[in-house]
Amino acid sequence: MRNILAIAHKELRSYFASPIAYIVIGFFALLYGFFFVAIMRYFVNSSMQAGLMGGAQAMNVNQQLIRPLLQNFLVVNLFLLPMVTMRTYSQEKQSGTIELLLTSPITDFEIVMGKFLGAMGLYIAMLAVTVFHLAVLYMYGRPEWRPIVTSYVGLILFGACFVSVGMFISSLSKNQIVAGSVTFVIFLLLWVINWIGSFAGPTGEKLTAYLSIVDHFDDFSKGVIDTTHLIYYLSFITFGLFLTAKSVDSERWRG
Amino acid sequence: MIEVQHLSKSYGRVTAVDDISFRVERGEILGFLGPNGAGKTTTMRILTGYMPATKGKAIVAGFDVFDQPVEAKRRTGYLPETPPLYLDMSVLEYLEFVAKIKGVPPTGRAARVKAVMERTRIADMASRQCGKLSKGYKQRVGLAQALIHNPDVLILDEPTAGLDPKQIIETRQLIKDLAGDHTIVLSTHILPEVSQTCQRVVIINKGRVVAVDTPDNLTARLRGSETMYIQVDLDGAEPASVTGALGRVAGVTRVVESDRRERLAGFEVASESGRDVRRELARTVVSNGWGLLELRPMRMSLEEVFLSLTTDDAAAAAPAEGETANA
Repeated sequence: MRNILAIAHKELRSYFASPIAYIVIGFFALLYGFFFVAIMRYFVNSSMQAGLMGGAQAMNVNQQLIRPLLQNFLVVNLFLLPMVTMRTYSQEKQSGTIELLLTSPITDFEIVMGKFLGAMGLYIAMLAVTVFHLAVLYMYGRPEWRPIVTSYVGLILFGACFVSVGMFISSLSKNQIVAGSVTFVIFLLLWVINWIGSFAGPTGEKLTAYLSIVDHFDDFSKGVIDTTHLIYYLSFITFGLFLTAKSVDSERWRG
Repeated sequence: MIEVQHLSKSYGRVTAVDDISFRVERGEILGFLGPNGAGKTTTMRILTGYMPATKGKAIVAGFDVFDQPVEAKRRTGYLPETPPLYLDMSVLEYLEFVAKIKGVPPTGRAARVKAVMERTRIADMASRQCGKLSKGYKQRVGLAQALIHNPDVLILDEPTAGLDPKQIIETRQLIKDLAGDHTIVLSTHILPEVSQTCQRVVIINKGRVVAVDTPDNLTARLRGSETMYIQVDLDGAEPASVTGALGRVAGVTRVVESDRRERLAGFEVASESGRDVRRELARTVVSNGWGLLELRPMRMSLEEVFLSLTTDDAAAAAPAEGETANA
């Protein structure tokens, strides 16, 4: 555990020592702020109209504001997370520091976990930015906290899936640009895979819906923690980390 | 301290290391000599647990590097060909990180880092970013990194490559100082380096061990085919007469004129193995009234060492095998 933390600390430190962390978090704050303003304006307009119509029911902040907002958070991450994960292994291979890690008295598992936690640290720092916008909503409204908490659980799991896949792809190449672009394409594919669901046949539809990484987030954003989705995310993460560890190991054999 | 038995490593169809065996005793400095691509780096990477061998066994500090990698790594310090530095960290931060992952306990870690920095003389660079260091300093930080957990075994891949002459001398001295406390394996492709720092030499070529011996024995064995270079001020004499006179010296087997610049002529004189003909050569030149300007043994280049070791199989392979067995 001490070794995992040492690696995680080093990873986080190097994100913040390089411009990566600032670029990622800065652009994220900008985009997310934009989405927040746009969605809130839309929400305010709609609820005013609903009020003028002799409003039957007040609009739900959780359903009509926070949920679409957090779904946009996912979209932003599609673009930003590859920038976080692409360097995890590629850079170490490129600069030869991988030799230091692999000849130190630590296991491959500890290295993988350390790097994973480091990247997750940056992701969570990004997620922390969104708390600010929620605080604004709490100042003027009364959103329900339960769906928000489950949404954040979902977001963390979702991010962890992307990080684990991104790390695996980074472990395959010395070149950060290659790793980054492949990661982006794979993320996008995992995203849109259910688009072909409707004409992929009954089994195909179920399969693609199951593989689609966003569909599983839906229930979390509604305030439900369904074990199906929990297991999907957890097995996805485990598989990604397992592939990363195996890829590093196979690299040793191939030289 | 280190025992390598029938180690082989292939990358696909290419065999990088082919059935090599050797031993290194505690406190010894072993030189690994070979041209680029001979398999030095591969062997070192296997010893450090960076990559597994295809066949064979390597035991470092009593632990099999394949079966108990963590235990073996705990006792091994490794300086790869390019020092594995995180360029965005300061020297101090970097060494503290390495100390952590190498298992230096938190109490006394700071003191240990400080001591190693003093020893490798990088203390004045502690707060400098690794990426901004000169090549020589990078190499020293690399060495500090390898020493940080006070390992029994130090494996250094070309520790002097790319350094200036002053740094090379300093690094060699440091390595010599480290021997005794540590068992050291270092690789190089510079022959004199081996004779100056190492107690024993393993010569490898194309993945095979060509010879294992002490530097003195090795040079003695190679001196058999040694030649002298002699430069003479002809002072009007014909080069042919010099060639003739030198050829008549007892023990000389062959004289060839190698270069000529106006009055000065150079000759390469080959002599019988183990026979020092320098006195006789000097006497002959002087007594004939020619000017003796230069007389020196021609330094064997690594290529020649290899040539003599690889072509003369019977002479080289037999003692090499013997050495391995009783080393």
